Amino acid sequence: MPWMDVMADMALAPWLVILPLAGALLAGLWPAAARWWGLLTGLLTLPMALLLALQVHAHGPMVLYLGGWVPPLGIALVADGLASLMLLMTAGVGLAISLYALGYLTGETGGRWFWILWLWLWAAMNALYLSGDVFNLYVTLELVVLASVALVALAGGAAPLVAAMRYLLVSLLGSMAYLMGVALLYGSYGVLDLQGLGAQVALSAAPMLAAALMTVGLMAKSALFPLHVWLPPAHGSAPAPVSAALSALVVKVSFYLMLRLWLTVFPALPLPGLDMLMGALAMGAVLWGGLMALRASRLKQVVAYSTVAQVGYLFLLFPFLRAFPDGWKAVVFFAVAHGVAKAAVFLAAGTLQRAAGHDRLADLGAVMRGRLKTSFALGIAGASLVGLPFTGGFIAKWLLVQTALEAGLWIWVLMVLGGGLLAGAYVFRLLGPAFQPGPADPGQPLPAVMEWVPLALALLTIGLGFAGTPVLSLLTRTLTGGGG
Amino acid sequence: MTVDVISPQIYLLCGVLLFVLGLHALVVRRHLLLKILAVNIMGSGVFMLLLGVAARGEGGIDPVPHALVITGIVVAVSATAVALVLMLKVKAATGLARLPLSGPED
Amino acid sequence: MIRRRFALSPALLMSLALAGLLIVVVLDLPPQPGLAGPVAQAMDQAGVGHPVTAVLLNFRGYDTFLELAVLMLAVLSIWSLGRRDPIPARPVQGPVMHGTLRHLIPVAVVTGGYLVWVGSSDSGGAFQGGAVLGAAGVMLMLSLPREMPMPPALLQRLGLSLGVFAFLAVGTAGLLAGHGFMGYPPAWAYHLILGIELAAAVSIALTLVLLFLGGRSRKVRHDR
Repeated sequence: MPWMDVMADMALAPWLVILPLAGALLAGLWPAAARWWGLLTGLLTLPMALLLALQVHAHGPMVLYLGGWVPPLGIALVADGLASLMLLMTAGVGLAISLYALGYLTGETGGRWFWILWLWLWAAMNALYLSGDVFNLYVTLELVVLASVALVALAGGAAPLVAAMRYLLVSLLGSMAYLMGVALLYGSYGVLDLQGLGAQVALSAAPMLAAALMTVGLMAKSALFPLHVWLPPAHGSAPAPVSAALSALVVKVSFYLMLRLWLTVFPALPLPGLDMLMGALAMGAVLWGGLMALRASRLKQVVAYSTVAQVGYLFLLFPFLRAFPDGWKAVVFFAVAHGVAKAAVFLAAGTLQRAAGHDRLADLGAVMRGRLKTSFALGIAGASLVGLPFTGGFIAKWLLVQTALEAGLWIWVLMVLGGGLLAGAYVFRLLGPAFQPGPADPGQPLPAVMEWVPLALALLTIGLGFAGTPVLSLLTRTLTGGGG
Repeated sequence: MTVDVISPQIYLLCGVLLFVLGLHALVVRRHLLLKILAVNIMGSGVFMLLLGVAARGEGGIDPVPHALVITGIVVAVSATAVALVLMLKVKAATGLARLPLSGPED
Repeated sequence: MIRRRFALSPALLMSLALAGLLIVVVLDLPPQPGLAGPVAQAMDQAGVGHPVTAVLLNFRGYDTFLELAVLMLAVLSIWSLGRRDPIPARPVQGPVMHGTLRHLIPVAVVTGGYLVWVGSSDSGGAFQGGAVLGAAGVMLMLSLPREMPMPPALLQRLGLSLGVFAFLAVGTAGLLAGHGFMGYPPAWAYHLILGIELAAAVSIALTLVLLFLGGRSRKVRHDR
């Protein structure tokens, strides 16, 4: 394709930081027009992310030296397969969230602050995905934390404020552990860029301790069981677009960073016990999250506990990485499939909640029967969470099981299948009221966009069911380290 | 010159001690103000460690850790300010400047 | 809390274990010069004379840019949480505070400005200067009459975002002009860096005052 060659000369990567950040600044300066800045940002960022992914797919990873200063002196932006996939998922789900919020937040208090903080969050996540420097990653990580803590607190009231405070403290603890890791790495090797570190890190005490500190710090940030306590109240009580952004996107950020570190900086280090520990915690998360989701009585609580459970699968990364070098790709595909499906479920739940005026599962039947588009979206996205065929979730779990089988790790096969059964049970609870006989009542009138966006995302999860091959081939364009 | 050889080591040790002191207080203390202070002490420990690392080279002081510390201080100030205001809001909403006991991370 | 002082809790044991590990590792760190060499070699193209400023504003300018963004986001996060309490809680009585401030604030402004300017060749810079200016601003806030009107909201927001805007504009201009994102044309580097430092110092000072106030202005109704 000749146009792609032309595009190859243009540095797309910085624009994925510049655009959302400019949107965030403009939204802050003119809060009255914040929603339009948000929409414009979404509309411009998605094509950029798509182009970048195509470019990376065609030409391989792209590294951009900021200010022309080559690492280790300067900072590099790295757009490779993994980064561009995460950027693309963020842009796709982000645009959906923005469109939905246009309908959801009309004239409501807090709407403007949602837009400002959400655009900041978007810019911060993009900056994090592109960064190729351990200290710069720390700064972007703090940006993500501040924006998401403020979004959690936005709902007001005691429970969200306490959840935000808990989240902030756990995150700061994680940040400090991460920063200590950075200091140890710099003290050992005198460089900060991921590739340079990866080339030098060898088996010795300092990098092992750094790896442990950074991994545990990031684990705390990603709400892995048993550090998940703040997540259900935060995700369950926030406004629907915030819940979707937190559950679908922010949870993936620290997972990504952990994966990036282990792929690039620490591949030379063995993981004594770490894989079993993480696997055990993952198992705990899947079981506990699934059981709590079965017990919860409100729609959005069920979905929030489902996130606790699904974070567990992300941490299969560690046993898989140990087993063989390509094991991480299945987990990344799972992260993307979960991101899209979870956003669809939370947005659909928001629509039903707004239509019914509450989200008590027991009393939602009439509205679910009256809002068929939304119930259908909830059903398809729920099927993807369970991992039923023809959805992205099915391919994701297929890949997970395949990876575990190839590695001979039977216990994780059982975990994925058992977790799927639990997910099936709680998703059936979500949909149950729709199938009971009774009157159909669409409830409060709602903007059409609140029904179409969840449906579009749900259809996208079906699309992902056929996207396994291109996604995996994009992921082969990922820079990994381990020269040392 | 023993002093020159020893002094960076002292910074490294003090940095570690501050970091661990802060970590312990963050886990053990219940009052939010103390927890926020504890995070700051952990940060100071890391900064001190970085400055000690900067002073070890043969070719003079390494400027990069100094730049990292300035950046880190500003980030820490920002996070602390947000945490303090959030603490006041939690106090206003629940009447207590501490987290409810439900969490295992307390 | 006294009853806990001598108890060997799991947290204490874990902390002691971590301390031991860290001390062993830290004392064993190999001597290596870090990036002092590469920085010294690149100084003649940095546009400024002081290595720390060169690292902050040029070699690792992107870090500094994002760090200004963190400061600004902190203010926005705090504003999103609600309005501030009246400050000062009690108006300051007597002549001492006002008399001191009358002399201190001009000195602080000159010192802060000097620190920003001198950062290009000696110890100092936008953050140090901005911190001094911010301290002056905090003192001023503490001594103000309680219901003194704040500057208009738009002006506050403009001042707040000045540093990030200046950095983003220069960085993007570098991208469009072919010097790469966050790149300066070498001939202009000194002037651009000084301009960014000034804008950043103003934003930092204002941000610190706004962080101290801890909430949106009570008078101006522009949101919610």
